[in-house]
Amino acid sequence: MNSMHYLYAAYIATWLIHGSYLTILVRKYARVRREMERLRK
Amino acid sequence: MRRGFTLLALATALLLSFALYEALIAAPTEQTMGDVQRIFYYHVPSAWTAFVLFLINFVSSIVYLIRRNPKADILALVSAEVGVVFCTVVIVTGPIWARPVWGIWWAPGDIRLTTTLVLWLIYISYLILRRMSTGGRTPVIAAVVAIFGALDVPLVYFSIWFFRTQHPSPVIGGGGSLDPRMAHVLLINWAAFLCLAWLLSWVRYELEVAKRRVDEAQAMESLQESSR
Repeated sequence: MNSMHYLYAAYIATWLIHGSYLTILVRKYARVRREMERLRK
Repeated sequence: MRRGFTLLALATALLLSFALYEALIAAPTEQTMGDVQRIFYYHVPSAWTAFVLFLINFVSSIVYLIRRNPKADILALVSAEVGVVFCTVVIVTGPIWARPVWGIWWAPGDIRLTTTLVLWLIYISYLILRRMSTGGRTPVIAAVVAIFGALDVPLVYFSIWFFRTQHPSPVIGGGGSLDPRMAHVLLINWAAFLCLAWLLSWVRYELEVAKRRVDEAQAMESLQESSR
């Protein structure tokens, strides 16, 4: 494999890790908000 | 509050884009390793950011043990979780860099690699403890685990100062030398990752506060239902 492929792989992996974490946070936040609205009713 | 968050998000996005440009295009190409050395601009700042977050976790845990302040407990949890995310980046990008340079993905027994893996496992265990244990003493036990876990941070950092390892010597301090243009790009990337860590921690902190409010409201709801 070309050394540039390793470079791209490392950068893509970094952004995949951060993106996945952000997605998990957004989903959890949506769930908590839904629960908050249910409790308000 | 919301305005401050939006400003931070915008500043982080701009800084990350600029840091990416600096790392991939503006930084000089290293003579021995070539372009693959540019992994350095993500690998090292991610490690430093994880260390800062684990330090915050350590201080917050001590504050919680002394004052029993719930905000300190939330900050400890948040910094550990975001720290694990950055440490995961280090654990993943390290082998991707090692393969073309060393010819192997991992050097078993290497003190820097082993202590970093142990550090990651310690904080993963800390997060599992926080998630699985539901007793009222959980924050206290977690704070004690965090204080012991933090002892591994200086071991990871100074391991390459005092031991001969496969891992390169420190590039800043410890007798290492780095091209000033590379050091400049490294610091820009670290600033960008610190902003990202701050942003993620902010979101996670607000989420934890909201989650605890919901848990309290649910407990009250259950009490009211059982008393009917």
